[in-house]
This record gives sequence, C-alpha cells and structure tokens, in this order.
Amino acid sequence: MSRTSAFVRGMVQGIPIGLGYLSVSFGFGILAVRAGLSVTEASMISLTNLTSAGQAAGVDVIAAHGSLLEMALVQLTINIRYALMALSLSQKLDNSFTLPHRLLAAYGITDEIFAVCIAEDGKIRPSFMYGITLIAMIGWVLGTFLGAAAGQLLPASVTAALGIVLYGMFIAIIVPPSRKSGSILCVVLTAAVLSCVCKYLLPMLSSGFAVILCAVAASVMGAVLFPREEDDT
Amino acid sequence: MSIAIYIAVMAGVTYCIRVTPFAFFRKKITSKFLRSLLYYIPYAVLSAMTFPAIFYSTGNVLTSLIGTAAALLLAFLELPLIVVALAASLATWLAGLLIH
Repeated sequence: MSRTSAFVRGMVQGIPIGLGYLSVSFGFGILAVRAGLSVTEASMISLTNLTSAGQAAGVDVIAAHGSLLEMALVQLTINIRYALMALSLSQKLDNSFTLPHRLLAAYGITDEIFAVCIAEDGKIRPSFMYGITLIAMIGWVLGTFLGAAAGQLLPASVTAALGIVLYGMFIAIIVPPSRKSGSILCVVLTAAVLSCVCKYLLPMLSSGFAVILCAVAASVMGAVLFPREEDDT
Repeated sequence: MSIAIYIAVMAGVTYCIRVTPFAFFRKKITSKFLRSLLYYIPYAVLSAMTFPAIFYSTGNVLTSLIGTAAALLLAFLELPLIVVALAASLATWLAGLLIH
C-alpha cells in the first residue's frame, strides 16, 4: 500500500477516536479552568501530553501546588501502561519504521490509538500511525480548548451521554476478537472481574494502578494457560 | 512555581514512558511466554479500563447500563467502531430523556 493511502486510512480510523477525545477533553478543559489554569495552559497540557487520566491527575497536583517529584511519580504510575503498549506495538512495526519515525510516532501511543493499531492486519507503517494521531490530537486539543473557553454551554444531558463514547469504542475493539477466540474471551472476562474486585473491595488502589495490576494478572494467566504458538498477530 | 515547569515535567515523563520501549527496543522477542503476554495485554488493559468504569460514565448507572448493553450488542454484530461508540451514546441519551 502506498504511503498516502496508509496516511488517509489512518485518518479515517482516527475519526471515532477524535470524536471520542473531543467529548472527553471537553470535560478536561472545564476541570482545568476550575483548577485555576488558563485556556492556553489547559490546551498546552493536552497538546504535549495526549492522555486523559494522567492529565486530570496532573491538574490536581498543580492546583495543590505539589512538588515536581510528586508530579513525575503520579505521571509514571498512571501512564506506565503506555510502556507495555509501546513494547507490544514495537513488535508490529514494519521495516520503514526507522529511529526518527519511532521518536515521532511514540508521541501518539494512547490506549485508543494503540488499540486501533493492534486491530490492524499485518505490520504498521509510520504514515498510518501519523494519520490516526493527527486526527486524535486535533480532537483532543480542540475539545480541551472548547471546554476551557466555553464549558457549561452544552445541555447537561448531552455532556452526560458523551461520557460513554470512549468506553463504547473500547467495547467495539474487544468484543469481536473475543467472539472468535476463547482465550481472548477468557483474558477479557478475567480482567473485567479483577477490575471490579479492585474497585469495590480495594478502593484505596488508584485507578491507574488498578488497571496495571488487573491487566498484567489477566495477561499472565492467558500466557500461562493459552500460550500462543507462532506469530500470527 | 511556574505552571510551565509543571507542564514540562508532565509532558517529559509521559513521553519518556512511551518512547523508551518503542524506539530503543529493536529485538524480536523470542520467548513464547513474553510474546503471549504482550499479545493478551491490550485486550486485558481495555477490558480493565472499561469495567466497571463504563457503568459510571454518564453519571447515572441505569442510563450507563443501557448504553453498555447497546454497545455490547452492536459490537457483537461487528459494526464499525464509530457506529458502536455513537450508538452507545445515543442509547444513553434517549434513556436519559425517558427517565427524566
């Protein structure tokens, strides 16, 4: 496939992500302004971080005048899952992914972009990742800007309903492979059950840390019970 | 302390987490266990992030459940991502209108 068509296909795949980000980051923009940040600062955070949970926690640290060490540790704990995703994705890159491309494309490793890349058949080209990342980034930054500048103008029923968009997308990503593969279904159900256990029985665990714990435990179980024979990802 | 410094630390740490394994790990992983682990991780991460958080995603458990059911059904029918995502939101919104 040509570079241009990979880029365009990436942008198309990025549309649901961009729409979802637009609604989620709208809420982040409102939250950031409430914490005392300017519209520009809120938008800059979204542009340079491109992550939801980490940014929300970061704004809390800023509002509380926390130390820079605390800021670094909070980001590390919440975002360490990206290291797992980056490692997983590094196995799926095609030969045109040279070091400069890797340095640039790494910016776009988010839960959703990662999920779309993993769902692709075959190897990933840099232009494909750039296409998704561009649309997702525009949605994320634009939503933050709009939320920060003009929040609370939308009716509450609409903002409430928009809250489910990203999760709906996650479901659309995990359900079809779970239908086809009993081992994926087993891992997905285990992770969901563990996550509910963490939420209701271990409420002191932060949500970022709980996700790491549940995902690693469910994946280790999957790797032990259903090891994969050869590389057909 | 200047907010710009906070933002720089946030962005720097987050980028390092992403780029280190992505750019500087070039070997093919040969361990069957590790390969299997990495294969399952994305599904496990998304599942753990979705449940139970989706039940609270709209601020109302009942409308969230209706949206979740719509998403599960349409995803089971293998409709495109954006259709599933927006239909879940639409179902939630309609449910909210009926309830109030």
